[in-house]
Amino acid sequence: MDFDFTAESPKLMMLLYGVVAFAAVVGLLLLVLDVLPSRKDRWVALGLLFPAGALLTVGLIVPAVRTLILSFMNADSTKFVGFDNFVWMFTDKTSGMLPDFSSDPVSYGVLLSTVMWVLLVPSVSTAIGLVYAVLVDRARLESFAKSLIFMPMAISFVGAGIIWKFIYAYRQEGEDQIGLLNQVVVALGGTPQQWLLDGPWNTLFLIAVLVWIQAGFAMVILSAAIKAIPADIVEAARIDGVTPWQMFWRVTIPSIRPALVVVMVTISIGTLKVFDIVRTMTGGQFGTSVVANEMYNYSFRFDEKGKGAALAVLLFVLVAPIVIYQIRVMRRRRLEGSR
Amino acid sequence: MSTRHRRLLALSGAVALALSAAACGSSDKPDATGNLDKPECAAYTDYTGIAGKTVTIYSPIRDAEAGLLEESWKAFANCTGVKIEYEGSGEFEAQLKVRVEGGNAPDLAFLPQPGLLEFFAKGSKLKAAGDKTKAMAEKNFSPDWLKYGTVDGTLYGAPLGANVKSFVWYSPKTFKEKNWTVPTTWDEMIALSDKIAASGVKPWCAGIESGDATGWPATDWIEDVLLRDQGADVYDQWVKHAIPFNDPRIASATDRVGSILKNEKYVNGGYGGVKSIATTAFQEGGLPIIEGKCALHRQASFYANQWPKGTNVSADGDAFAFYFPAIDPAKGKPVLGGGEFVAAFTDRPEVQAVQTYLATSDWANGRAKLKNWISANKGLDVNNVENPIDKVAVGILQDPKSVFRFDGSDLMPAAVGAGSFWKGMTEWINGKDTKTTLDAIEASWPK
Repeated sequence: MDFDFTAESPKLMMLLYGVVAFAAVVGLLLLVLDVLPSRKDRWVALGLLFPAGALLTVGLIVPAVRTLILSFMNADSTKFVGFDNFVWMFTDKTSGMLPDFSSDPVSYGVLLSTVMWVLLVPSVSTAIGLVYAVLVDRARLESFAKSLIFMPMAISFVGAGIIWKFIYAYRQEGEDQIGLLNQVVVALGGTPQQWLLDGPWNTLFLIAVLVWIQAGFAMVILSAAIKAIPADIVEAARIDGVTPWQMFWRVTIPSIRPALVVVMVTISIGTLKVFDIVRTMTGGQFGTSVVANEMYNYSFRFDEKGKGAALAVLLFVLVAPIVIYQIRVMRRRRLEGSR
Repeated sequence: MSTRHRRLLALSGAVALALSAAACGSSDKPDATGNLDKPECAAYTDYTGIAGKTVTIYSPIRDAEAGLLEESWKAFANCTGVKIEYEGSGEFEAQLKVRVEGGNAPDLAFLPQPGLLEFFAKGSKLKAAGDKTKAMAEKNFSPDWLKYGTVDGTLYGAPLGANVKSFVWYSPKTFKEKNWTVPTTWDEMIALSDKIAASGVKPWCAGIESGDATGWPATDWIEDVLLRDQGADVYDQWVKHAIPFNDPRIASATDRVGSILKNEKYVNGGYGGVKSIATTAFQEGGLPIIEGKCALHRQASFYANQWPKGTNVSADGDAFAFYFPAIDPAKGKPVLGGGEFVAAFTDRPEVQAVQTYLATSDWANGRAKLKNWISANKGLDVNNVENPIDKVAVGILQDPKSVFRFDGSDLMPAAVGAGSFWKGMTEWINGKDTKTTLDAIEASWPK
């Protein structure tokens, strides 16, 4: 359909007001700062930090506090219930959070699924990225080889989910297979499978999608780190007669350890919040749900704001130690650098 | 630039902002006149005094269907002078709650779930239907339908469109070739299934995959069979949670569904075994019927839109549907279905006028003529319905022997109806036993 300017004009006007207001605020800010007499640098710094700080407060801190408060209230936020929502999470079977080995089939639980994601995605992505980075380092067609593994980074998680859902598609034996994986299996003489149906394998097949996306990220960071290893160290090692295996484990790995940490931590944080892939491929069915998916369900579909907020807090609690570790490592790095 | 110039620049910026804000205040006044005095508007003379007013409508109906809706009330709007601003959304349920909580509720909303209507009514967000709307609704709709728009004895939502879910799709052409007969009783249907299975074809096909709503087709099966297995009284108690979700009578109905859906001899025609039901999209669930790999597919009247282009959907064509048979005909003719209700968040005269008009048979017939739509409105003339399957559906809805019940999961709390019930039935299809499944769903009912 044609774009109707008159119909969209209220939005365009709103956009214009936003831009004008922003310009007015910045202009006013600069005007005020210009008038202030002493210690100009400090005031300028504070003045320019204020908008960022304000936006951060409104967009992040206030919602975080509100979520924390909601996590101690009931479904429609009308009554304080203490830690009931957190107790529910860890004791009530219907929450689906914990494994239930007495059920048939076994229910691995949302927390265990999320743990599987957090253990496997960072380690496998980093391992693949590292091996790939080492293998193609200074090889002919290096750029092309790198782009092949990096391109998935450009795809949205939803797009990746849809692509891999087709790869895993199932048709019964004797039918033409439209799923690539089943086609390969059948061509090799096997029987087609419903890959996304049975746990824990279905969770692993979903994990493979995120590994596919993140391996490229790991490869790029680690490749840069490898290229930054001082040439004299490598030369000295070669003179000493190390084998390629020894070079990898005794020179390359120690040298790029900080980059390895950064990659592992960054991917871990992203993995804890995984949502799109699960939602797109299985909707969280068949025991594949993760914390973020359940948070969404309870908050926006089940009208259980208290439980949804509690799950959000849980997610934050799980992510926080990783972030803190990252900050401490970076701080230590800076101190070492300045020494 | 000097300090003086900077100050002038800041001042001029502020002035420009103020001026443009002031300009925003003025707006075109809508046409304040109607055309009620014209001959073609004779049908609308009851709606005086609303010329120049605006009514906003928010609904889950989008795209081509939305265009037909706007076409359907165009004459009314032209004659009365009222302006109807329609907005359709794919995330209607979630967004409506956001808008209501944010103080930005629409005047009217087409609610597809009675549970959602009750949610807003009990939250004091809805206005009771006006006297004229109530009278019009009571004239044109049966008590079965009105009760779903009623909360604590007060009518809040007038019924609008409808769909019938108690259908079994089959291929008339294939049935003729194989000399199979359309069953009219449950026992006949089972006997037919056995006969078809013996001939080497799996008689039933089904798909319950539907993104994050996976499982809803299975819940429809449970509801439809429960109506037949136990009757409408038990069904009503069940959806209100007056009996527990895992009551033995519910287990009985569930196992009866299992005698078909978890029967490896019966399913899944064209797709494999029982477990393939869980990963087959509902849109594709019945397609093997026209390939001769399946004979029967239980799905609503709206499945007519899922057949490939070129499929002849008619009584003697490639695909058609028969009424899902009752178990005991003496207990009447159970019908499971769905639909929308016109609920009002405001009660201005023009809003009530539009709500009233949408409950008239005049509007229902006008909308039906535009195709792809039916209603339980008693005044709907079946001759205005083009689609053969829709004609059958209208006949069922208007049959005095029909005992209509709304989709049960749309009447339950969201945590169950859009959560554990969907998920539970998916797990049940995937191998979990009936008792464990129903116990888990019961345990998840909000306290």
